[in-house]
Amino acid sequence: MEVLLALMTGLLYAAGLYLMLRRSMVKLIIGLVLLGNGANLLIFLLGRIVKGAPPIIRADANVLTGLYADPVPQALILTAIVISFGLQSFAIILFKRAYKVLDTDDLDQMRDTDDL
Amino acid sequence: MNKLILRTASRYLLPLLLLFAVFILLRGHYLPGGGFVGGLVAAIAFVLHAFAHGLRTTRHLLRIHPGYLMPAGLALAIGSGLLPVLARGRPFLTGIWHPEPLAVIGGIGTPLFFDLGVFLVVIGASLTILFTISETR
Amino acid sequence: MLLVTGLALSFLYPLFLAVWPGWVRGRRAYWTAAVPALLFLGCLQAWEQVMQGGMVILDLPWAPSLGVSLTFTLDGLSFLFSLLITGIGTLIFLYASAYMKGYADSARLFGWLGIFMGSMLGLVWSDNVITLFIFWELTSISSFFLIGYYQEDQASRQSARTALAVTGLGGLALLAAGLLIGQETGGYGLAGLQDLQGLLTASPLYPLIAVLVMLAAFTKSAQFPFHFWLPGAMKAPTPVSAYLHSATMVKAGVYLLLRFSPSLGGTEWWTWGLTAAGGITMVYAAWQTLFRTDLKALLAYSTVSALGIMVFMTGWGTEAAIKAAVGFVLVHALYKAPLFLVAGILDKVTGTREVTQLAGWGRALPFTAAAGLLAALSNAGLPPFLGFVGKDLVYEALLAQGNSVALWGMALAFVTNVLLLWAGLQAGLRPFAGKPAPGSGRPLSPGAWLWGPPLLLALLGLVAGCWPSWPGNWLVTPALRVTGFPGREAALALWHGYGPVLALSAATLLSGALLAVFIQPSATRSQRWMRWERIAPEAVVHAGYRVFSTAATRITRLLQNGYLRHYVFAVTLFLLVVTAIQLVPLLADGQLPYRIAAVTVYEVMILVMMAASIGFTVFTRSRLVAVASLGVTGYAICLLFVFYSAPDLAMTQFTIDTLTVILFVLVVFRLPRYLTFSTPAIRWRDGIQALAFGAVIFLLILAVLAEPVTREVGDYYARNAYLLAKGKNVVNVILVDFRGLDTLVEISVLAVAAIGVFGLLKLRLKPTEWPEK
Repeated sequence: MEVLLALMTGLLYAAGLYLMLRRSMVKLIIGLVLLGNGANLLIFLLGRIVKGAPPIIRADANVLTGLYADPVPQALILTAIVISFGLQSFAIILFKRAYKVLDTDDLDQMRDTDDL
Repeated sequence: MNKLILRTASRYLLPLLLLFAVFILLRGHYLPGGGFVGGLVAAIAFVLHAFAHGLRTTRHLLRIHPGYLMPAGLALAIGSGLLPVLARGRPFLTGIWHPEPLAVIGGIGTPLFFDLGVFLVVIGASLTILFTISETR
Repeated sequence: MLLVTGLALSFLYPLFLAVWPGWVRGRRAYWTAAVPALLFLGCLQAWEQVMQGGMVILDLPWAPSLGVSLTFTLDGLSFLFSLLITGIGTLIFLYASAYMKGYADSARLFGWLGIFMGSMLGLVWSDNVITLFIFWELTSISSFFLIGYYQEDQASRQSARTALAVTGLGGLALLAAGLLIGQETGGYGLAGLQDLQGLLTASPLYPLIAVLVMLAAFTKSAQFPFHFWLPGAMKAPTPVSAYLHSATMVKAGVYLLLRFSPSLGGTEWWTWGLTAAGGITMVYAAWQTLFRTDLKALLAYSTVSALGIMVFMTGWGTEAAIKAAVGFVLVHALYKAPLFLVAGILDKVTGTREVTQLAGWGRALPFTAAAGLLAALSNAGLPPFLGFVGKDLVYEALLAQGNSVALWGMALAFVTNVLLLWAGLQAGLRPFAGKPAPGSGRPLSPGAWLWGPPLLLALLGLVAGCWPSWPGNWLVTPALRVTGFPGREAALALWHGYGPVLALSAATLLSGALLAVFIQPSATRSQRWMRWERIAPEAVVHAGYRVFSTAATRITRLLQNGYLRHYVFAVTLFLLVVTAIQLVPLLADGQLPYRIAAVTVYEVMILVMMAASIGFTVFTRSRLVAVASLGVTGYAICLLFVFYSAPDLAMTQFTIDTLTVILFVLVVFRLPRYLTFSTPAIRWRDGIQALAFGAVIFLLILAVLAEPVTREVGDYYARNAYLLAKGKNVVNVILVDFRGLDTLVEISVLAVAAIGVFGLLKLRLKPTEWPEK
C-alpha cells in the first residue's frame, strides 16, 4: 500500500508543479494547495503508516504500548495543515489585489517592481 | 425555499456546533481533538451562520470583531506559559496541573489554557480572513 | 575603570547623537572633546603601571568554549598608540567643532568619529586575535562612513567604497591569519605569543600566516600596491583626513606588524616581505608627491610614503630598526596631523587647496602660518625638532646593519627623505611665503579653535625634539619592551656626535632645500604625469571592478529575469538532476520495495477518487470544477488519515478543506477566467518536467521506506505523554505541552497571515498617496 501512496504523493507533486508552471495566477494558487497536500502526505509516509493504531493511550493504561502510529509526524502535519490555510489565503488575496491593480492575470506581466 | 431551510437549520446548528467545538477542545487531551480542530469547527459554525443570515447578522451576533480574538488567544497562550515562570520559577511553558480532576472538564492545568489560546487564535484568524474577504468586493 | 567608562562612552555617545542630533550644533559641539580628553587622562593615569609592564583594563569571559575572552590590556606599545588616539583625538574634536560649524548634520560626523575612536582603542587594547579583528573591521567601517560623509557627492561614495573594499579585504585576511594562529598554538591570546615564535615559524602553515598578516597590514597601512585607497580617502572632511588617514587608523597596520614582529618575525619571509613592500611604497609614494598640486593629495602621498618607512624599518627587525619604526610613528603623527589641519584652514579661508594658487597668506594668517612652518621644519628634520631625531634613528639603524642590502636601503631612505622634505615645505611653507596674490584681500580670520590644535601639535614636536629623552623613556622604550627588546634608557637623543649619520642628515637637508628651490609644484607636470595613471594599481583595480560588475549584472539579468515560472523551473530542474543522480544506483540495485501487499477495496477506491480529482483539477477549463475537485482531493486525503491511524489529522484536514473551498468560492469568481497563455510545446515541456519531478519524489519515498526507521522521539513522547504531561492523546500533548513553544510560534504565524489579509483588503492608500505611473 505504501507504494501506491508514494505514487499518489508523486502525482500530487507533479500536478502541483505543473500548475505552478502556468502563467495564470489562479492555477498557481491551486498548484500551491496541491503541493502542500503532497508535502503533508510525504511527511506522513516517511513516518511509516500503521492501520488502526492511533497514538492515543487507552483509558485504562498509562503508557502507549504495542504497535502505534508515530505521533511526531502527525503533530508536524497538523500544524502544517492549519498554517498552509493561512498561507493560501494570504497568497490568494495578494494575487487578488495584484489583479485589481495591474488588471492582468498573466504572471509574465508582473515582472516589474516599479509599477506599484 | 433553500434559504429557509438553511436559515432554520443554522439557527439551531450554531449553538450546537459551538458546543461541539468546545467539546472537541476539552477532550483533546485524551481523545482526538484539541484547540486547532475545535477552533476550526467553531469558525465553520459562524461561517455557516453568515451564509444563512448574512454577514451583518453574524457580525452583530459576535459583537466584537473576530480579529480581537487573536491577541486575546495569544495573550492567553503566553500567559499560560508565563504562569509557571512567575508562580513556581520553572521554565517557560512548563505544565502545572490542579491536583484533583474537575467534573465535566477533567484535569485542569496550564496546557488546557494554552489549548484554549490556540482555539481562540484559530477562530480569530480564520474568521478574520473569511469575513474580510466576503466583505470586500 | 576610567578607561572602560571612556570606551563605553565613545560608543554610547554616537547613540545619543543619533537620538538628538541637534545637540552638537553651535557652541555645545566643543563639549564633544570631553570624551577623548577623559580617555587621554585615563591613559596618562595608567602610566605607572604601563612602565611596570602593562595592565589589564578589562577581562570578561566571552566565548570560553572557543578560548576567546573580552580582554583589554594596556602595555607599552598600546600605550603609545592610545595616547596618539586620544590626545590627537581631543584636538581633532575641538578643531572639527569649529570646522563643521554650520553643517546641518555634523552629528553624523561626530558620531562616527566617536565610534572610530572607540574601535581604534579597542584595536590596540585587544588581547586576542578575534577581538582585534572585530575592532579592526569596525575602524574600516567607520572610516567608510567618514570618507563618504559628503554622501551626495558621487566621488565621495566611490572613494568610500574603494577604501572599504581594500581594507575589508585585509580584515578578512587578518581573520584567516588569526584562525590559523589559533589552530597552530591552540589559543587566540596575544599575550605570551612571542614565546611560541619557534613553534609558529617552524609550522608548515607559517608562510601562509605571514602572508595573510602582511596582507592585512599592507591594505590598512596603504602599502603598494594597495595604497590607492588612501589618496581617495581625502574626499573626507579634513579633520577626518588628519585623524584617521594620517595620525591613527592607517598606523593600525604598522601596529599589527609591530605586535606580531616578536612572534612571526625573524624569518626570511617576514624580513623580505616587509622591507620590499615598505621600500617600494616609500619611494614610489614620495616620488608621486612631485606630481600633486592639491594640498591634501600631496599630504596623502607623503603619508603613504611615511607609512612605507615604518613598515620598511619594522621589517629589519633589529632593535635599532624597531626603535626607528616606533619613534617614527610618534614623530610622524606630531608633524603630519598639523600639516593636514593647516591645509584644512587654508581650504576653508581661501576656498582652494591648489598649491599653485596659494601664496603670501602668512601675513593674514599668522598663527596658521606658524603652525605650518613648525610642522614643515619638523618634517624636514631640522634640529632641534623631533623630526630630526626620527630621521637619525632611521639612518642609524640602517648603518648599523652594515651589509650591502642595508646600504641600498639607505639609498632608498635618503631619496625618500629628500622628496618628503620637499613635500612638507610645499604644504607648510609655500602657501604662506611670498607676496599675496593681487585682489585676495583680507580673509575672514580663522578662530583660535581652528589654528590652536595644529599649533599645539607642532609646538609639541619642537618641545619633544629639544628634550628627546622624555618621549624616548616614556613612550618609545616601553613600546620596545613589548616587541621583545630590553629597551635601554635614553632611547632617543638629539645629538649623536659627529659621524656618518650627521653627514647624511645634513645632505638630506641640503638636497631637499635645493630641490625646493628648483622644482615648484606645477599643474602641467601634474597633468602630464596623469597619463601614466592608467597603469597604476588603482586603475587596474577599477577596471577589474567594472568587469566584475558588468558580469554580475549580466548573470543577474539571466537568472533573476522576473518570470516566476522560470524560477520554479530552474529550481526544480536543479533539484531533479541532483536527486536523480543519487537515485539511479538505487534503481539499478533493485533494493526498492515495489511490492504491493494487502490492499483493501476501500483504499483502492480512495486512491482512484484522488487520482481522478487531481486529473480534473489540472485539466479542467472551468474554475468551479477545479475548486470542487481540489476539495475532493482534500477529502480523500482526509480519508487516508482516517485509515492510517491519524484521527486528529483527519479532523483538521476535513475542517480546513471545508474552509479552503469556502475561501476559493468567495474569491475565485472575482478572479479572471482561465486563460491559456502558453503554447502546446511549452505545456508538454512543463508536463514532462512535472512528471519527472513527481517520479523523483516517488522514488525518494521508496528509497526512504527501504531504510530502517528510527522512532526514538516518537517513542519518548508515547511513553511519557501521560506520566509527564497527564494527557492521553499523544499528538495533542506534543502540540500543547512538549512542543508548546513551536505551537505558540505557529499560531502567531497564523495571526500574522490573518492580519496580512486584513491589511491587504482593508487598508488602502489615499488617491494622493498613489505613486505616479
